[in-house]
Amino acid sequence: MLELYGTRITSRLLLGTARYPSPAVLADAVRRSGSEIVTVSLRRETAGGKNGGAFFELIRELGVRVLPNTAGCHSVSEAVLTAKMAREVFSTNWIKLEIIGHHDTLQPDVFGLVEAARILTGEDFEVFPYTTDDLVVAERLVDAGCQVLMPWCAPIGSAMGPQNLPALRAMRAHFPGVPLIVDAGIGRPSHAAAVMELGYDAVLLNTAVAGAADPGSMAAAFAAAIEAGNAAYRAGMLEPRDMAIPSTPVIGKAVFS
Amino acid sequence: MTLIVNGEMLEMSAATLSELLLALEYEGEWLATAVNGELVHREIRGAFRLSDGDRVEILSPMQGG
Repeated sequence: MLELYGTRITSRLLLGTARYPSPAVLADAVRRSGSEIVTVSLRRETAGGKNGGAFFELIRELGVRVLPNTAGCHSVSEAVLTAKMAREVFSTNWIKLEIIGHHDTLQPDVFGLVEAARILTGEDFEVFPYTTDDLVVAERLVDAGCQVLMPWCAPIGSAMGPQNLPALRAMRAHFPGVPLIVDAGIGRPSHAAAVMELGYDAVLLNTAVAGAADPGSMAAAFAAAIEAGNAAYRAGMLEPRDMAIPSTPVIGKAVFS
Repeated sequence: MTLIVNGEMLEMSAATLSELLLALEYEGEWLATAVNGELVHREIRGAFRLSDGDRVEILSPMQGG
């Protein structure tokens, strides 16, 4: 079972709540994903807070744990303030820390990320940093008090799937005791299975499910793939070989000529 | 008094943050407020006095990835 900041989680799929065609489709996707953690955000609202209120109630009814994010923040101060405001609204110390460093790639600003992580852990936040697969940055994040790491595997929303499997493999080997969650870049269930086979602890998805023709069914497909990948990792897989090896024993084979 | 509320310049007579929320018809336990870049907890909105030129942010939950 997976443990994130002392909380035990059965499902290894974390689901984003954005970009679904309707609240009903979102609710269906969350249920069929089996996910126990969903990511949410905070935004300005002019309608007296009524839209936010409806969304707040929807999430509450789903009975899932909430992981608020700092999406869209480009500076440390912005991200820290957003985290504090999220704690006020959602009554949780959990925060998905995201500081965008580049407009086109939405690549995390890893320097700001480390600084903000240090500030937030100092204020009793439990930080889930959205980071790259850079080992040195990951080390700094752990030093800053992060007990979970969330590397991208490709740019957010790109659906490209893992672009650097050796880097992800190295990260797994380097941090055997830290829960690792691939956040961003997954496009299809086989991508999710691939990172789970590397020994990753969970996957955070949004666009791959929300943007599917049938988000509910895609959520179920991802859940199955993630479970399969995790089971395969724990069962111990064969390494690829250069030569063919007959699967049927040769000993005792009849000789007809 | 001129306030900048969620990036919009408004002429308001509200003396406190609570009065401002009331005047703009914001209500709900899911709102978070900040003034001039600092969080203002919901418990102290009633006592939090606003000044001319204050930048007020009022945020509420939204879908996110």
